[in-house]
Amino acid sequence: MFSIELLRDAVVLGVLLGCFYAAVSIGLSISFGLLDVPQVAHPAFLVLASYGVFWLNDTYDIDPLLAGLLITPLFFVLGLITYRLYHETFERRGSDAAVRGIAFFFGVAFIIEVLIILQFGVDQRSVTASYIGKAWRIGDLRIPIRQLVAFAVALGLTVLLATYLSKTFMGRAIRAVAQDEGGLRLMGANPVRIKQFAFGIATAVLGMAGALLIIVALVDPTLDRVYIGRTFCVVVMAGLGSISGTLIAAIILGVAESIVLTMFGASWAPAISFALLLGVLAVRPQGLLGR
Amino acid sequence: MQRSSIIFWFGAGMFLIAMLLMTQFIRNEYPFFAGYVILQFVVLSVAWTILGGYAGYVNFGTNAFFGVGVYSAVLLIRAFEAPLGVQIALAALVGGLLGLGVGLLTLRMRGIFFSIATIALAIIIETSITNWRFVGGAAGIQLQRPPVMQPFDTYVKMLFFVQALLVVIAIAIARFIQNSRIGRGLHALRDDELAAECTGVPTLRLKLLACVVSGALMSAAGAPAALYVQFANPDSAFDLNYSVSVLAMSLIGGTAHWIGPVLGAILLSTTQQLLTVTISSEVNVLVLGVMLVLFVVAAPKGILGLVRRKARKADAA
Repeated sequence: MFSIELLRDAVVLGVLLGCFYAAVSIGLSISFGLLDVPQVAHPAFLVLASYGVFWLNDTYDIDPLLAGLLITPLFFVLGLITYRLYHETFERRGSDAAVRGIAFFFGVAFIIEVLIILQFGVDQRSVTASYIGKAWRIGDLRIPIRQLVAFAVALGLTVLLATYLSKTFMGRAIRAVAQDEGGLRLMGANPVRIKQFAFGIATAVLGMAGALLIIVALVDPTLDRVYIGRTFCVVVMAGLGSISGTLIAAIILGVAESIVLTMFGASWAPAISFALLLGVLAVRPQGLLGR
Repeated sequence: MQRSSIIFWFGAGMFLIAMLLMTQFIRNEYPFFAGYVILQFVVLSVAWTILGGYAGYVNFGTNAFFGVGVYSAVLLIRAFEAPLGVQIALAALVGGLLGLGVGLLTLRMRGIFFSIATIALAIIIETSITNWRFVGGAAGIQLQRPPVMQPFDTYVKMLFFVQALLVVIAIAIARFIQNSRIGRGLHALRDDELAAECTGVPTLRLKLLACVVSGALMSAAGAPAALYVQFANPDSAFDLNYSVSVLAMSLIGGTAHWIGPVLGAILLSTTQQLLTVTISSEVNVLVLGVMLVLFVVAAPKGILGLVRRKARKADAA
């Protein structure tokens, strides 16, 4: 039955979940929010990273967080290649390219999904680590340690990236390219190289985010479909390109999902993010902290 | 009537007569079982092209419209045991209304926002159906086929012919739109919506019209699927594979002319039928995805574009 304790628990768990959502969405906030690339394959890359972590954990018994760190450089390179391909085939050709760019990433997402199925099968996968399966009790509130680990790492990752974008030279260059590409070109900088680097960063973050994903929940090859809703919901609600907004929006989504889950059951959960997304798009398309 | 129209309707008539004769003289059911799926994808792809090709709005929610068609039929069968014709008509109506809803909701959205919104819609509708007990909920629902009507001897053959009829209807509508002011208006707003609006093209009305027509046709194509498989569950009715398949078929065929999606659908779904039988359905989706990416990268105007380029070269030589 509904009670104030239940609501409190839902909110606490929702905030933890929200920070995790921020970590999986922040890459998209860069690639889609700042660079305007319709990166629909972002969640597919995320699930791919989870499977990479699963494989490392399963065969070499490496801690999932360390495994996430290990695959990060690979994802950085993957991001560089993806952006280069996208730029050469679509951005440079203009006009009609937008439509096909979306179709391109949609196709890439499906290819990744099927390759994972062919390699690992359709079963749900999980990782093993000492902190998974235990819980921390405060009174009658029970918080799984895995959620806390994901929360801490996710928060760290988000803060790190936000600092990087606002304080370092390259980070500022990335934000500059989002604001005025032509201006940057006049200053003698090469916007394409900066964008490529930024896309690399956006994809590299997924190495760690993928580790968090498989620490928090079971992962199966088609999980990316639900995360299309979650990640785009967070990024659009935040206001395109707003990193601090990402954290706020992700926590709103996390709490909303957690409350609905407690009150109506798990079968309604997949629709929450999509409904929120539609709502935001219809009412306030520029997002909470939009430009 | 123009000469091209006469040829078109003559061809359509011949096609239907040929399909009807096939159902009368071929005993084996399998060709119809497979053929039904191919025809279904032709309708879906042509419908997709009306919005995605002519107007340039990439719809990822084909599965939403398809599933709504399936479940309109399920609802009618469960509640009234309504005949097939009524199922299709109502599915088209519901699909059209859904299309109108999509159009109204996404008026201000362009490009990727529209696409994401259509995925969102599909998931929301699927979730609602999953939680709706009367139409079977998550577990799905078994359906009994009513007795078959003359002159068909099995139900699958009848559904096959019905789907062939829908193909003709879909192509006729797409052809009409393409050759009329509507098509030119859509084309203009695809190239530059603001410029089109400024030159007096009623972009809003045209977009809504394209959404409604496209949605209605997709749902109509989905309605017979309920009795085709005699079973419906949300997972398969709202399978995202429908979206990617139809997207691939339309773009691979080429979206500038209605013949593009027809070619793409026939080519790809025939390949798919063969692959599913000989290898596996996963490989099938992989081939589809790879083809989609290859075409989008290397042949942006699809098969149509390749053919036209070749024709132009032949002219020049």
